Amino acid sequence: MPKPISQKKTYSIDNLPKEKFDLLDEYIGGISDKEGSLIHILHKAQELFTFLPMEVQLHIARKVDIPASKVFGVASFYSYFTSNPVGKHTISVCMGTACFVRGSNKIFDKLKELLEVESGETTKDKLFTLKDVRCVGACGLAPIIMVDDKVYGRVKLEDVEGIVKNYKDGE
Amino acid sequence: MGKINIVFNDMKLEVDEGTTILEAAKNIGVHIPTLCHLDLEGFGIVNQVASCRVCVVEVEGRETLVPSCAEKVYEGMVIHSDSIKAMSGRRMAVELLLSNHPKDCLSCAKNLECELQSLAQELGIRDIYWEGERLKYKKDTSTFSLIKDPNKCVMCRRCETMCNEVQTCNILSAVNRGFESFVGPAFNMDMADSACTFCGQCVAVCPTAALTEMDNTTQVWNELVNPKKHVVVQIAPAVRVAIGEMFGLEPGTVTTGKIVTALRKLGFDGVFDTNFGADLTIIEEATELIHRINHKGTLPMLTSCCPAWVKFFEHQFPDLLDIPSTCKSPQIMFGAIAKTYYAQKKNINPESISVVSIMPCLAKKAEAKRPELTKDEQSNVDIVITTREFGRMMKSAGIDFVNLPDGEFDKMMGESTGASIIFGTTGGVIEAAVRTAYEWLTDKELEDVNFKQLRGMEGIREASVFIGEMELKIGIAHGLGNARKLLEDIQSGKSKFHAIEIMACPGGCIGGGGQPYHHGNMEILRKRQEALYVDDENKVHRKSHENQEIIKLYKEFIGEPYGKKAHELLHTHYVARQKI
Ligand code: SF4
Ligand code: SF4
Ligand code: FES
Ligand code: FES
Repeated sequence: MPKPISQKKTYSIDNLPKEKFDLLDEYIGGISDKEGSLIHILHKAQELFTFLPMEVQLHIARKVDIPASKVFGVASFYSYFTSNPVGKHTISVCMGTACFVRGSNKIFDKLKELLEVESGETTKDKLFTLKDVRCVGACGLAPIIMVDDKVYGRVKLEDVEGIVKNYKDGE
Repeated sequence: MGKINIVFNDMKLEVDEGTTILEAAKNIGVHIPTLCHLDLEGFGIVNQVASCRVCVVEVEGRETLVPSCAEKVYEGMVIHSDSIKAMSGRRMAVELLLSNHPKDCLSCAKNLECELQSLAQELGIRDIYWEGERLKYKKDTSTFSLIKDPNKCVMCRRCETMCNEVQTCNILSAVNRGFESFVGPAFNMDMADSACTFCGQCVAVCPTAALTEMDNTTQVWNELVNPKKHVVVQIAPAVRVAIGEMFGLEPGTVTTGKIVTALRKLGFDGVFDTNFGADLTIIEEATELIHRINHKGTLPMLTSCCPAWVKFFEHQFPDLLDIPSTCKSPQIMFGAIAKTYYAQKKNINPESISVVSIMPCLAKKAEAKRPELTKDEQSNVDIVITTREFGRMMKSAGIDFVNLPDGEFDKMMGESTGASIIFGTTGGVIEAAVRTAYEWLTDKELEDVNFKQLRGMEGIREASVFIGEMELKIGIAHGLGNARKLLEDIQSGKSKFHAIEIMACPGGCIGGGGQPYHHGNMEILRKRQEALYVDDENKVHRKSHENQEIIKLYKEFIGEPYGKKAHELLHTHYVARQKI
């Protein structure tokens, strides 16, 4: 099963708001075991910035005084963290075994085509971020896609366009 | 230490408390295959992530097989390494690794040197039952020194141990999770953009071809067949005590004469010795040291022959750039002299001279491309190949290395002293410098040139040398983690040394990232080191300033050591770089 694997360079962006860095520093300043709390710090940072571009990860590395490679290692390990800017809605397609055998890869391809993005990317209008995820634990309803927290089960290829349209129209 | 009773493959044994199952097996001569495990004995370097499960054994009372490299023995433990269950567990671990491995062994850079390949052979694997999904990552060929091919990574994490714990460079880290994981620098950046020093210690321990040297042999062949080129070659001290290993000779066999003959056979127009460059370095470095002492200049002075070390302090200690000696490294000094003095005397246009270096080192490849070291758009050194690449060139030319007669280096840049030979080991550069500084400062002949207090293999050493009334305090570090400690002492004002020698690789150049693979056997490094000291003893001249060709070079061409022309040709500067 051919599957695109992202080895892209981490998203980089200038002019991130200084207030957010200040808030992050304040948070980090209040922690005694900084290194042991790296995951919490990354959570906080993602909450503040909505994503973790290179600049934010590097900032954390310097503040906590640990190697940037380590921060990146942890951030890339958890699919919860994203280094790309996120859209208003996140569409997650389950690529777990049950969903995969029921054709979730075709659904995924369809979405890529429809939204003109690759996995992990955000549409030009900043409305949608597309993601592939591991089994979300609803295999009985396979294939699954999720838009933000809402689960769509037994999705058929032809349903996809309608689901996307619903959110577009809601704007 | 307490003793513990165990039963190993039906044998009753008494072993030390704290022993791992693997060590216990080794003690009684039982072989258990390993992959991720790495123990560079005597260097305090251990990689114990127990990630590959290639070493599993059966322990009675335990449901699952246990990794012998990480599991410690306990009283009454009953172990089977030769049961069918244990054997098939190990086999399965290897088969699993092979299932998504590229398996292009025939054309792989690690063919016949790969530990995964040897395992497949050792375990008699003939079929691969599962063909798993393959990774399709891009190779990183961004640097001049090394190639990183994540598709061949088996996640043993040995490179991380070397880079992060031993070298404290922190370039490499596991990225992603599960099947998609591999080892790489932060932010998936190119290695060239990272703070990598190109020391090549990750390459030296990678079991597969996930990390290998950048191969430059094709460029050398092209130069050799180019009739317009006058190709000169230099070999570094550490090469001569290691290359024999690739042809079945004992580690530490000194093969200088054979190397010279082989290089002539390969068609080089001038066959020279980096030791000449090393003697030249000592003249400049000793003069610089004396100058700094007499003029109350910055002390300690740090040696600057090791390009990985240079890159390390540029990234990690950009505030200390005035501390290292400004001397270029021996290979670069050699190149500079070849393109000027040698060119003039031989009446050859420098443009048509090509300088090839054979080095134990990957960082030398990148060093030769540093912009400030490539004068007049013409590199001082054109191509650098490693000991391993040189060995491969000889093999493809069908050279019967072991039976070659001894040859002599060409004149003008071929003479060397014992002082320069020991440049290849930790402690050697500073000993060579002291031999010369002593005689220059005291105007007396040095009776015993052997400064044994500077020798050894400990990671950090300190010693005092009395030069007349003056006590010269010397620090020595090999391995960049050890270097970091000495530098932090300088930063905090605690350092009491006058001079510090640093080499990036454990053992110095003898343990360089371009040397024949040691496969974890550190005895090999010790033998190479011994051989260098023996070779030094055998030399008539053992002090750099007694090198007749060097004396002539100064008289005819350079003038004063540390003078104007010397600065132009033989000194350099450093650049502050980012730590990432
Ligand atoms: S060459 Fe040295 S510094 Fe660079 S990644 Fe390898 S071990 Fe780290
Ligand atoms: S690159 Fe080599 S040494 Fe590093 S984890 Fe992968 S296989 Fe092991
Ligand atoms: S495989 Fe998709 S929910 Fe489990
Ligand atoms: S060698 Fe023991 S788990 Fe890899």
